[in-house]
Amino acid sequence: MDPEARKVIELGYGGSERLTMNMGPQHPSAHGVFRAILTLEGETVVAVDAVIGYLHRCHEKLGESLTYTQYPSIASKTDYVAAMTSELAYVRAAEMVGKVEVPRRAQYLRVIVAELQRIASHCLWLGTWCMDMGGALGGGATVFLYCIREREWVLDLFEALVGARLLYGFHQVGGTRYDIPAGWAQKCRETIALIEKRLDEYEDMLEGNAFFLARTQGVGGISRELAQTVGISGPLIRGSGVSYDIRRLEPYSSYEDFDFKVPVETGGDCYARYRVRMVEFRESINIVRQALDGLPEGPISSRPGVKSVGQVRVAKGEGYARVEGARGEVGCYLISDGGAKPYRMKWRGASFSNLSILPHILIGTRVADVVAIMGSVDPVFGEVDR
Amino acid sequence: MPALPPMVMDAVNAFIVGFIVLNVIVGMVTYVTLLERKFAARMQSRIGPYRVGPHGLLQPIADALKLMMKEDVVPRQADRSVYNLAPIVFLVPCMLIFATLPFAPGLGIADLNIGILFFLAISAMEIVGLFMAGWGSNNKYALLSVMRAVNQIISYDLPFIFVALVPVLLAGSLRLSDIAAAQAGLWNVAWFPLGTIAFLFYIVVTLAAENRVPFDILEAESELVAGFRVEYSGMKFALIQLGEYAHMIGTSFLGALLFLGAWAGPWADGSPWWGALWFTLKAMFVFLVVTWIRWSFVRIRADQILAISWKLLLPASLLLLMATAVVVALQGGAGG
Repeated sequence: MDPEARKVIELGYGGSERLTMNMGPQHPSAHGVFRAILTLEGETVVAVDAVIGYLHRCHEKLGESLTYTQYPSIASKTDYVAAMTSELAYVRAAEMVGKVEVPRRAQYLRVIVAELQRIASHCLWLGTWCMDMGGALGGGATVFLYCIREREWVLDLFEALVGARLLYGFHQVGGTRYDIPAGWAQKCRETIALIEKRLDEYEDMLEGNAFFLARTQGVGGISRELAQTVGISGPLIRGSGVSYDIRRLEPYSSYEDFDFKVPVETGGDCYARYRVRMVEFRESINIVRQALDGLPEGPISSRPGVKSVGQVRVAKGEGYARVEGARGEVGCYLISDGGAKPYRMKWRGASFSNLSILPHILIGTRVADVVAIMGSVDPVFGEVDR
Repeated sequence: MPALPPMVMDAVNAFIVGFIVLNVIVGMVTYVTLLERKFAARMQSRIGPYRVGPHGLLQPIADALKLMMKEDVVPRQADRSVYNLAPIVFLVPCMLIFATLPFAPGLGIADLNIGILFFLAISAMEIVGLFMAGWGSNNKYALLSVMRAVNQIISYDLPFIFVALVPVLLAGSLRLSDIAAAQAGLWNVAWFPLGTIAFLFYIVVTLAAENRVPFDILEAESELVAGFRVEYSGMKFALIQLGEYAHMIGTSFLGALLFLGAWAGPWADGSPWWGALWFTLKAMFVFLVVTWIRWSFVRIRADQILAISWKLLLPASLLLLMATAVVVALQGGAGG
């Protein structure tokens, strides 16, 4: 919105009853750098002006200037909370355009890291969301610290696998760059078993808590129609009664081999989204177990190891690959002119599309609900602004 | 030394006692923060402050020094006089509430015959300082925060008073030492079921009166950043913090006095110091219960807080008070 129009709004709303309040870009509960200019009438939100773009890093231009070998490590910086899935989207797009085969073992490894990443990402979501509702000096911080403890274990697994804890560079065109080290599978099983047990504790702590229910049930309702119109994805749309999961609809990386449920809740409110994610936690644990059990032997990549940055060339063509990230549909569109770099690339960030629901559901809520709803949408601003 | 007139002697006496009590309270406040941090850390599977001194015992001192050395920032658009005065206006009532508390038989500043009335009235005065802080900062977060605060304090003072009146009815006196003495046989909390329910209600309303989680909507750092004290720094922030904790300790002492038998305990008859020790331990117990709740709940919304007060707590506490009155009347008059 141009500054003139904003001034008109501020003045036009100007009756003494209304207050324009900035939330962000620097704000304790903005998940990153998001600026919501709220117009309040008492405690009630009457208008929202969302401003994004503070974290823009020219990712799509970077994609055009870096080679297929270099970019996967940069792709993880789009959604840095679920780096594995953004990498996967990129390499899948390149494989689709270049018609590169991926060995079965690599496909299974990709599934394992993607699902572990979903667990880690949901841990962070649950923690920060409760922090939004409870504050750093309250019960929310307790849940936050528990969740971070569990997330650290998953990051430990990634560290043992890749050597990095946040941005991995695990995938490469044609497979994966690393195989699992000795003893890793056992450690992974122990970790997910422990997390599964802890999930029960979280559910006890939150669902038996009347105040938690009061803050989440009936708050931030998204109807089925609105969800489909705006084009949200991931846990948000599944919380609104639409069974939409790319792992099921368009299986990639041998997801068709695994037996898992796609949780759907019809409530559409924050609580429904919470329930969807809690079930997803468990389903991810299931998938990791199945993948570890059925992990085939064989090579981890159909291409030789990387020796130079320009080594990978992708045949001429274009294609769009999408994966189910922790936040929803992460897509990557690639046009190749046959060289070592894409000619053009475009990201479809799940958070970006999910965030566009906010102006529809924030109007009429209370200030305190704004942070609860924001948290339940679970945006990562690296992915929104790219 | 010529004998001074008794009035002057009384004033000197009161000054000395007041000075001691005030300093003990300030010392307690600093160390109660450490207690809370350690307690919270255990709940969250952390260790808590550990680096400053053995087991982090000097952490409160380090914090106080840090706050004293911080730059004191006054926003340009702030109403300077109101902004500067607010922390003091906030702190004074929070400290004054200790004036009528008898820490042991004969150990206190002023054992007024309207002690509890004084306590409740003064403790409600903190809202003036709060409102000045929020208004004087000229900050939208602060303004919204104090609007909530006024709403909340008005709605929770009534149930607070009604609940505090239950022990008054049982003792038949507004004097705090009488209320304590009346529990010599049976602590009010053990007077089942009315006394027990009253104690539970007391915990809930103190949470609200002290603006603690889950009722800390005026601090609400996730939406209002830090609420009314968002613009305060350095020593002024420290004063506000001191006031909040002093208020919290004061209400914890009141809770221990009204429901947990005050200074009753082993050897308390012999020496007032034993009594003071038991009283402090009981107050710390109440404080830890409040802290425990604080670290396990999420915050509820302003409108939900008001709904709880007006629709649930107020009628329920009124009923409780009436039931107590009926029982006391049937048992043959107040003071038993």
